[in-house]
Amino acid sequence: MSSSASPGTGPSAGASTTPVEEPSALRSRGAARYSDRAFTIMLWAAGATVLLVLGAMVVRTVSDALPVFQYQGFFSFVFGTEWHAGFSRQEFTGTYGAWPFVWGTIYTSLIAVGIALPMSIGVALFINFYAASRVRQLMSYSVEILAAVPSIIFGLWGLLWFVPTVLHPFSIWLNSVLGFLPFFGGSVPNVNYFHAGVVLGIMILPIITAVTREVMATTPVDEVQAAYGLGATKSEVLRKVVLPRSFGGIVGATMLGLGRALGETIAVLMLVGGSQRFDTRLFFAGDTLAAHIAATFQDASPETLVALMGIGVVLFIVTMVVNIVARLIVWRFAKTAGAGDAL
Amino acid sequence: MTQTLDRRGTGPLTSLTPEQLTASGHPRLTVRGRGAARRTLADRTLKVLLMIVMVLAAIPLVLIVAQVAQRGLGVISWEFLTEREAPPAREGGGYAAGFVGTGIMVLWATAMALPVGLAAAVYLVDYGRGLFATVIRFFTDVMTGIPSVFVGLAVYALLIVGSGGQISFGAFPGAVALAIVMLPIVVRSSEEVLKTVSDELRRGAFALGARKWQTTMKVVLPAAGPGLATGAMLAVARATGETAPLILTAFGNINIITDLFNVAIGAVPLQIYNGARQPFAPGIERAWGGALALLVIVLVLTVLARWIGNRALKAHRV
Repeated sequence: MSSSASPGTGPSAGASTTPVEEPSALRSRGAARYSDRAFTIMLWAAGATVLLVLGAMVVRTVSDALPVFQYQGFFSFVFGTEWHAGFSRQEFTGTYGAWPFVWGTIYTSLIAVGIALPMSIGVALFINFYAASRVRQLMSYSVEILAAVPSIIFGLWGLLWFVPTVLHPFSIWLNSVLGFLPFFGGSVPNVNYFHAGVVLGIMILPIITAVTREVMATTPVDEVQAAYGLGATKSEVLRKVVLPRSFGGIVGATMLGLGRALGETIAVLMLVGGSQRFDTRLFFAGDTLAAHIAATFQDASPETLVALMGIGVVLFIVTMVVNIVARLIVWRFAKTAGAGDAL
Repeated sequence: MTQTLDRRGTGPLTSLTPEQLTASGHPRLTVRGRGAARRTLADRTLKVLLMIVMVLAAIPLVLIVAQVAQRGLGVISWEFLTEREAPPAREGGGYAAGFVGTGIMVLWATAMALPVGLAAAVYLVDYGRGLFATVIRFFTDVMTGIPSVFVGLAVYALLIVGSGGQISFGAFPGAVALAIVMLPIVVRSSEEVLKTVSDELRRGAFALGARKWQTTMKVVLPAAGPGLATGAMLAVARATGETAPLILTAFGNINIITDLFNVAIGAVPLQIYNGARQPFAPGIERAWGGALALLVIVLVLTVLARWIGNRALKAHRV
């Protein structure tokens, strides 16, 4: 302050003396006055790029898919049950109803979440409240690292080892015991909804667990201690203090996992079957939106490419709805519970 | 007045015998109330249940890592790392094409996503205010959830179709797709880290007369350095393992390609996928080898990232 108050007497006043690093010297340089504004604009542009990229992707895919929506009508494209790819270069000759893939996507994802969610909560509770403190750090570490394992590795392992040696025999057994029930009947091919769903569940298990565990770790210690003080057992503390406190975070984590499952391509592609039909049976070889795009893209005819764009748009809409709902839930709960930072 | 200690638990005091009361008329602490047996059982059951769940969850995840390691180790050799792949039915060769392709695309993707993502994060933390920042934050969150196959499809439509044949399948569209996958991860993780930089540092810089951009570049970013590296490495790990967007943009190639434009290029995940779905044993063996290589790369990146991040966190606390 003192130096800028009397610039005339400071060592930097004379033009011939060596420039001195001091605020007044920095401030006075002409071009430098715009440096802050230029920097801010650069950063603003980077932020805008994020929106621009997202916007460009959405606009482009929607406009590219528009012909097939016009040809089929949007709702009969989404809910139509017949998918026959045509081979034309100029016009649409096939029938494009994407419901078998929408159905497969939802079906496999629900199986995955149905398996992963209860287990994730269990694992998170165990790591946070039962594991010895020496191994707790190691366990939560391992969970986070496993969440980073690429899906192609789950697909490879599922296709080459897990399904043929464990899951397929289990499915056949399940089918023979419960075959009279609605979902368990029919034949059991080695690729089907159930197999894709189970491997998907194993895949999203660490993802949901990592977030759930972090959310549970934010449970206020005084509330836990207060519950113990009132004479609650550990299971009562977990059920009546920890779980209600982390509810929002668990919902958010689940939706995050669901989003991953809905959009997962390669692991599902290797295990789901790749037919263009759908069924309510667990052991039916079907297909999902993402898997169908990846499976048929490289050999697709021009008209089918447009139809695949349509599938892409539907997939985008489905995952976006799930994601936005998840974010809103988490944001809402973050305000009340303060657990949103973990996400 | 209060007849019960707990509605579910200990039961009415009046049911206690005189021996169970202290001199002052309170129940002794050793007295087990009416619901005690049931509650203890529930407690034990939950513990056992959670242990079972823990083991059940751990088995497949441990198996994956163990089996990939076991079956892949025999495959990985100098030849596997440096030569191109033989046809699926024949022995020999390796994933050199994939390693080179993955290397080129991930490098370019990082070069694109990192500066933009970092700048956007700085904007969100120190510069952006009001609606625009909220919108960016929200849509970055949303972008994290976009299926990577959709990104591949969109990049195909924008770059390959959109350029009217100027750009064909190859490293550039592949890198752009990976960059878009990385971008929201970089933004969100960097934002979290930058938020933890103490305001005192910023005020100190301002007090010394630094401009805002100087404060950002010379004080805030260096202070957040290790944390930023953690986020960047996690994003790189994610991009390295991506398969789906590359099917639609890089297309795959068993020859070693170093061009950025106009030649379809291979990648490790693509080669694993192609090897695994063929019915030939040599191709499948090499797929296990590729999976191990990929797993090692991704896990090393992830572990290193966590280690750097944790070390920085501890340094902050001191």
